Amino acid sequence: MSATAVHSLWTTTAAGGIDKIPAPNIEYAQLAPTLIVAGAAVLGILIEAFLPRKARYHAQLFLSVVALAAAFAAVVALAAGGYGTSKKHIAAMGAIAIDGPTLFLQGTILLASVVAVFTFAERRLDPESHGNRIDSFAAQAAAVPGSEGEKDAVRAGFTTTEVFPLALFAVAGMLVFPAANDLLTLFIALEVFSLPLYLLCALARRKRLMSQEAAVKYFLLGAFSSAFLLFGIALLYGYAGSVSYARIAEVVDGTVQNVSPTLADTMGNDALLLIGGALILMGLLFKVGAVPFHMWTPDVYQGAPTPVTGFMAAATKVAAFGALLRLLYVVLPGLRWDWRPVMWAVVIVTMLGGAIVAITQTDIKRLLAYSSIAHAGFILAGVIAATPEGISSVLFYLGAYSFVTIGAFAVVTLVRDAGGEATHLSKWAGLGRRSPLVAAVFAVFLLAFAGIPLTSGFSGKFAVFKAAADGGAGALVVVGVIASAIAAFFYIRVIVLMFFSEPRPEGPTVAVPSALTTMAIGIGVVVTLVLGVAPQYFLDLASQAGGFVR
Amino acid sequence: MSFPLLTATAALPALGAIATAAVPAARRTAAKWLALVFSLATLVLAALVVVRFEPGGARYQITESHAWISDFGVRYELGVDGIGVALLALTALLIPFVILAGWHDADPLEDTRPNRRWRPTQGFFALILMVEAMVILSFEATDVFLFYILFEAMLIPMYFLIGGFGDRAHAGGDEAAATQRSYAAVKFLLYNLVGGLIMLAAVIGLYTVAGTFSLSEIAEARANGSLSIATGTERWLFLGFFFAFAVKAPLWPLHTWLPNAMGESTAPVAVLITAVVDKVGTFAMLRFCLQLFPEASKWATPAILVLALISIVYGALLAVGQRDMKRLIAYASISHFGFIIMGIFAMTSQGQSGATLYMVNHGISTAALMLVAGFLITRRGSRLIADYGGVQKVAPVLAGTFLIGGLATLSLPGLSPFVSEFLVLVGTFSRYPVVGIIATIGIVLAALYVLVLYQRTMTGPVKAEVRAMPDLSVRELVVVAPLIALLLFLGVYPKPLTEIVNPAVEHTLSDVQQTDPKPEVEAAP
Repeated sequence: MSATAVHSLWTTTAAGGIDKIPAPNIEYAQLAPTLIVAGAAVLGILIEAFLPRKARYHAQLFLSVVALAAAFAAVVALAAGGYGTSKKHIAAMGAIAIDGPTLFLQGTILLASVVAVFTFAERRLDPESHGNRIDSFAAQAAAVPGSEGEKDAVRAGFTTTEVFPLALFAVAGMLVFPAANDLLTLFIALEVFSLPLYLLCALARRKRLMSQEAAVKYFLLGAFSSAFLLFGIALLYGYAGSVSYARIAEVVDGTVQNVSPTLADTMGNDALLLIGGALILMGLLFKVGAVPFHMWTPDVYQGAPTPVTGFMAAATKVAAFGALLRLLYVVLPGLRWDWRPVMWAVVIVTMLGGAIVAITQTDIKRLLAYSSIAHAGFILAGVIAATPEGISSVLFYLGAYSFVTIGAFAVVTLVRDAGGEATHLSKWAGLGRRSPLVAAVFAVFLLAFAGIPLTSGFSGKFAVFKAAADGGAGALVVVGVIASAIAAFFYIRVIVLMFFSEPRPEGPTVAVPSALTTMAIGIGVVVTLVLGVAPQYFLDLASQAGGFVR
Repeated sequence: MSFPLLTATAALPALGAIATAAVPAARRTAAKWLALVFSLATLVLAALVVVRFEPGGARYQITESHAWISDFGVRYELGVDGIGVALLALTALLIPFVILAGWHDADPLEDTRPNRRWRPTQGFFALILMVEAMVILSFEATDVFLFYILFEAMLIPMYFLIGGFGDRAHAGGDEAAATQRSYAAVKFLLYNLVGGLIMLAAVIGLYTVAGTFSLSEIAEARANGSLSIATGTERWLFLGFFFAFAVKAPLWPLHTWLPNAMGESTAPVAVLITAVVDKVGTFAMLRFCLQLFPEASKWATPAILVLALISIVYGALLAVGQRDMKRLIAYASISHFGFIIMGIFAMTSQGQSGATLYMVNHGISTAALMLVAGFLITRRGSRLIADYGGVQKVAPVLAGTFLIGGLATLSLPGLSPFVSEFLVLVGTFSRYPVVGIIATIGIVLAALYVLVLYQRTMTGPVKAEVRAMPDLSVRELVVVAPLIALLLFLGVYPKPLTEIVNPAVEHTLSDVQQTDPKPEVEAAP
């Protein structure tokens, strides 16, 4: 009954009177990762409400890390129990798919989130103000920037510890997003993880107006894309008479049984399918940051507090690509000949667009934003391979990419001057002289972004390009290689700036971070090098996880 | 399991690099000695490789094979043939001299001490050893993917060597020089990175066609007919590989990064570029282009020979016109690389043995000339030829060694480059007489640029700035004397080298199914 659960509920109501609603059959154990994180988020809200201000920071940090670790343990337990391979199935009455990609992506999201939470909790970068340690977030979000109220809040040492539960809610949504097995769950998960992100974007302590502007832009464009997605869902429902992935796939394949009489008129109407599918794809490509739906990326990446940017750039991308993979491989494989040409075009403009526009950037966060667009293109090249290797290469790339990203943004938080982070590139001149270690670490991340061998960036890029070539997209590989060459130029430019330029007299200083950020950066470096030199174990993991349940 | 000699030969300098980098800032001299000791120990291991290598034995010897990334079909496979042994030995031999010649090149200036963590000296020597490790491993790799990784990865330390360390005279915060230098470094990196990325597309293409990266497996599949590559595909893949190697080698018109890179870097780094790293490009043409894509190699031969000829003549002409002595040597190298590539694609045994010998001899002769030029530049603080004059009256030993280096560069009989140049020309002439004849223009021009360089700098009236110039120090003599001795020895008695190289060349020729052309005129009775 699970496959058509929503649909049958609807028809019974229409048929006249509710006889009996069966108690939903939920596999709580298999949903444990999501439930743990969501539960911890609710607990976090209670902590905000009831704990004294002084105690909140430590309580929230502890709760978040423990919850994420516990959820990761649950994912590992599920994977060890064979839910990724032999026991993969559809749970929660058709709403959630528990299979290899789900578990792999959930694991990646959770690990990346732990690292991101470390950067959220950093309080050593700025000097203490009024005897209080301060973090990257506004003292009081409701205080108008520059007002007396804000000054009072700073003086009183307020901190926005709500960021931890907000992040946890976002993570919970992201865990569901790639696992969603019907369109409604997909949409709800999208909203659950997007709304906290909009808020988080607005919470920067410095440059608050820019941060708020970023949040508004993100929210408006995000709402717009949600509307597209929702409209697409409605059209697909009209087409298939169901929001369940399996059901839609059946209708697409033409193997459907028992057509509902009320929907017989529109069912199987290809116009609905094509337009609906395209609208849903748009919604997902927006989240992924693919050209031409990328406009929000640079502004939001620049304006958001840097730890949030890192979190968004890594975890959101993982979740969104997971959902995109499932949609294309489970719902629309029958439409392959329709979506592949479109996706080809998207991949090409994304790779080239991101790489070319990045050249002109002068702000390190904007530069990383455009670089993330180019990388979205590389990942999409693996997505459209439409082979099992395509899935596993994308999974591997996402894992490799997220740690490089969080690490890189964590380094960005360290380089500071009087106005907070010194993100203008000219200020990074000569950083290699002032603090060789920080510059060297950032160079490692940049080289990984550029895809230089012996870093995780190369292994990932090789995997997706190989999958694309095997899947008959050799021309895409050539374009990808050209885009990589262009991209290499601006990564190298930053390295030149750091190592070969004379330091400026009033250059920024490099803050000495606490163990939290150090750990985040350290994990990033280790993952980058291990996945570059000995990726075999993780490739195995990704290829075992490469099968979707239908 | 036997001792992994080849891995050790590459791992030792890599370890040395880490150890050198870890030396504290104050112990600069210790770092230098550590680097030197590691490079000498590597030389000992390389000598062991030469001893254990049997010229008449299997094609690839001292092999190692381990699983690495099975998802990509990649194995860690090493093995050397005669060509690899010769170049491995050259690399291991040159690095101690490079280190010794660059002894003071990376000392921090007294007035700039911004930070106790800033350790340029340690970094300089660590990077040199890192390059050595990667180059040696790339000569040993018999897996295309492994080779590709090293081919790309060695750019990074090289890039920092070029961009981070300039000539002493310019190092004191001279903005213009620093800008020039970082321009040169970026140009070097971008050219080579683009070449490498295009090769990456070809590497992936090769895998989709062959399903493996192992040279031996591909050769086997070819032999038993289970693998046949369509002509069009083979040509595209060949072009992808060749492009990367032609950038590295460098071949006209992809050569423009070399004069910048060699001009702006210090003399030891310039030697590292032209005598060591660039050899990977020509080596890879022999090992990968010819072996993997024999048909396409034959198809492309005419075009490549034309490009090589242009390199020979164009490089030599531009060398004649240079006012900067390091750029002069760089253009001379472009001309010499033209000879090497011509020898490889002449597809005759003399041509290819000659090309391999040429790689070795060019390494030694350029090292001698460039390092002496570096000593000269350090003394006067200028790279311009016009700033010198009459040096032989002030510093006769320096002038003498400079002359010998120069004569080796113009392939004077009796010095080793003559042997290889002669072989290349003979080998080319027997198949492509016209090409051979045009190439001799390069020899004539070489005499011109070398002798004019010598005449302008060393002879004539002694210039005022040169008057107090000291002659070569003991350290500098230790660098130059062995190189000159080697040039003389291999010039008179090249047999040890040819014995190692010849069987490997025969193998390569049989890959492309070429035999030497028969002499058209019977020898007179």
